[in-house]
Order: sequence, then structure tokens, then C-alpha cells
Amino acid sequence: MSGILSPQAWEKVWTFRGTFLLGLGNTIQVALLGLLLAFILGIIFGLMATGENKVLKVISRVYVELIQNTPLLLQLCFLYYAFAFSSHSLGILVSGMISLGVYHGAYIAEVVRAGIEAVPKGQFEAARSQGFSYVQRMFYIILPQSIKIILPPLVNQVVNMIKNTSCLYLIGGSDLISLTYSFVTGENTGGAYAPAYILSGVLFFCICFPLSTLASVWENSLKKRERRVVVQKKTALEGRV
Amino acid sequence: MENLAASFAILEKASIWLYILKGVAFTLIISVIAVFLGILIGSLLALLRNYCNRGFSRILKWTATAYIEIFRNTPLLLWIFICLVFCPCPGFLDRKMFGLTTVEVKLLFKAAVALILFTSSVIAEIVRGGLNSVAHGQFEAGHSQGFNIVQIMIYIVLPQAYRNIVPTLLSQVITTIKDSSYLANVAVIELMSRVKKLLSSAQMYNGTGAIHVSDVFVLFGLAAVIYFIINFALSCVVRSMQAKA
Repeated sequence: MSGILSPQAWEKVWTFRGTFLLGLGNTIQVALLGLLLAFILGIIFGLMATGENKVLKVISRVYVELIQNTPLLLQLCFLYYAFAFSSHSLGILVSGMISLGVYHGAYIAEVVRAGIEAVPKGQFEAARSQGFSYVQRMFYIILPQSIKIILPPLVNQVVNMIKNTSCLYLIGGSDLISLTYSFVTGENTGGAYAPAYILSGVLFFCICFPLSTLASVWENSLKKRERRVVVQKKTALEGRV
Repeated sequence: MENLAASFAILEKASIWLYILKGVAFTLIISVIAVFLGILIGSLLALLRNYCNRGFSRILKWTATAYIEIFRNTPLLLWIFICLVFCPCPGFLDRKMFGLTTVEVKLLFKAAVALILFTSSVIAEIVRGGLNSVAHGQFEAGHSQGFNIVQIMIYIVLPQAYRNIVPTLLSQVITTIKDSSYLANVAVIELMSRVKKLLSSAQMYNGTGAIHVSDVFVLFGLAAVIYFIINFALSCVVRSMQAKA
């Protein structure tokens, strides 16, 4: 445990605290922009998967399967090197943002699809019989019912997104993990392994733990409410008999 | 177009295929080992977190909870870096094996430890979900038959819990195969890092003396196809199991 108790190592980390804050800023920036892209892609492909057009359905299926079954790191390298070797370099943060957005977009598309499919079919038919257009149907009838199923897993995706910014390291990124690593191996700053890793772990934990706790508490309360509704329905039915 | 033909020429060499296939083997072996040990450690953690509610055993519950939450909320790459520095490596690994150099064997061991620790925290939560799905009457029935708590766990509760979570565990194998590509960051010899290494020396293999875009497409495309075939096959199995259940 080199340096976990040595004041010099902690002092070194404190002197270079700007590095960690810069890394944290980059991580959050990439995660937020990636999240925006992921939401857009996820909603578009999720709606495509639940629509009636067969071609759009197949396209959305292919996108989800292709992205979910290959590693994020591979997609990122593919994107980054494909552009780098055709001499239109995208820049590290931009390629990270795009590949994170595309990767998590596939997961969000599945979440959106599951949420919409959980709404009973009769609701769609009722909305149509009342003359609602597609947008009105989705916006007024379906989304309000599916949003509570969609939101908790979405929060989990945000947590994963923040953790996955660490993949930028492979293409020489400047996110929190990469900067931590270059800090502990750097010529002038090197050596303070334990304090630097602890600090960067704590920073990640402080962001991710509240979010993932929120997601699981939310999900559990939804499940409990559902169970109560089922029990109430049952007792109501039995009372009638 | 000539570049593309040259890039495909890389794949004509048997030695390159052997190199890549060995990478695939390492990816699969590392992932399967990580999941198996993850199930062992994860089950223990899940049991501690779920059932140590009385007296001093609550310390065990808090420890397990802290372990699970800490690993779940920090990136895998951080743990790989930490293990590279702090994980002790047993002496018998200090030699050449599986066609790797001494340094590579040590690196493989340390990075695999990180992956196992990380996976076990995720699996602990999956097992906990399975344990919570077992009806409470099962415990009471066990007690009434004179089983003690260990026997109830081993003979009654765990078998039911595991049966419920088999599909989720299989999809965790997919996640672990994808996560194992993170080991490429520290040059452990699995599929991803091998492909990356091939790309960085592609000019020697494609005969044109330079690395082109087409090399990126051919090499990473091949890796993507390999990952896709493995993971898609697994996810089809998962889906058919879920459809049956």
C-alpha cells in the first residue's frame, strides 16, 4: 500500500487537484453530450421498434443487436481510427461522445420499447378509435403510462454511461480515469498511486451511488405498488363472487 | 480499392488467424472464469447482505453492502489499474506459460482479478434478486422440518434462486465478454488488444508500407464479427429460455 498514509503523496494529489477536476469536467461533459445523443437515438429507435412499419422495425432490431453484442471499446476504436486514418480526425472527446451515445442509445431503445409494449394493446386501439393521430396517441395516451416503467432503467443507463467514459483511455483521452493514470505514471507527479486512485474512485462513487440508489429504490417502489394493485384487484374480484 | 485488397491479404496468413483465435480463446476463458468465480463470491455476498440481520453479523452485512456498492459504482478500468499496482501475484505464476512471457502472465493474472472482483459485485445483485423471489413460506417449511439455516439455504432456497436467475446470469456472461475488452487497456492478450496490436503493425502485413482506413475496417470489422457471433448466439439462448419460462 504505497503512499496511502504518506502525507507527501496526499499533498502531491492536492497540489495537482486541478488535473482531477479537469478530468471530472471532461467525464461529465462527454457523459452529458453522449446522454443527449443516446436519448435522441433511443427514442427514435424505440418508437421505430414499436411502430407498424416492418422495414423500420427490422432496422431498429439490427441496430440494437449489432450495438449490444459488440464491446463499446471496439466501436470507439473503430470510429476513432477509421476517421484518424482517413485524415479527418474527429478529436477524442467527440468520438467518445458519439460512440457512447450510439452504444447507450441501443440500450435506451430497448428500454423505451419495453415501456411502450407494457401498455395494453387496447389503449392503442381506443386512442385510434377516438381519432387521435400517431403523435397525439403517443403523447397523450401511451407515454404518460409508460414513462414510469421507462425512467428507473434510464437512470441506470446514466450511471453506466458515466462509468463507461473510462473507455476513452484507449484512444488517449482526457477523462477522469485517463488523467488519473497519467498523473500516477507521470514523470513529475508519479508515485502517489493510492491517494490518486482513491480520489478518482471517490469522485466516481459520489456521482454514481446516489443515481444507482435512486434507480433501485424507484424500481422497488413501483414493483410494490404494482403488487398492491394486483392484490386489490384480486380481493375486489373475490368480493364480487 | 487496392488498399482494401491489400487489407484482406492480411487475413490470408494462417499465423494471423492463429494469433486472433488465441485471443478469442483467452477472451472466452477469462470471461468464463470471471463469471464462475463471480457466482461463488457473488452468492456469498448476496447471502451476507440479505440474511445477516441480527447482532454482530450485521457487520458482515454492512461489509458486503459496501463491497457491492463500491464496485458497482466505479468503473472497471479503475479496478484494473488498482490491481496492477496493488494486487499481489503468487510466486508460481512467475514463469512462462500458455505461450506468454512472464510479464504477460502476471499482467493477465492481475487484470483477471480485477475483472473477477468487478463481476462478482454485479452477480451478487443478480443472486439477491433470485433470493428475494423465493417465497418466504419456503423458509418456514424448512424450519418446520428441522433444517437449520445452512441446510435451508443449500437444499431449499439456493437451488430455487439459481433456477430463476439462469437467463440473467447468461446475459451477464455476454456483458463480461464485452467488459473483458477493457483488459486491452493494459495490453493483456485478449481479442481486442490483439486486434489493436495487429492494426498498429498493419503496414508490415498488407504489403503497402502504410496503414490505411481499409485496414481499420477489415481488422476491427473481423473482431466485431467474432464478438457478435459469440454474444448473439448467447443472447438467442437467453431469449429462448425466457420464452419458455
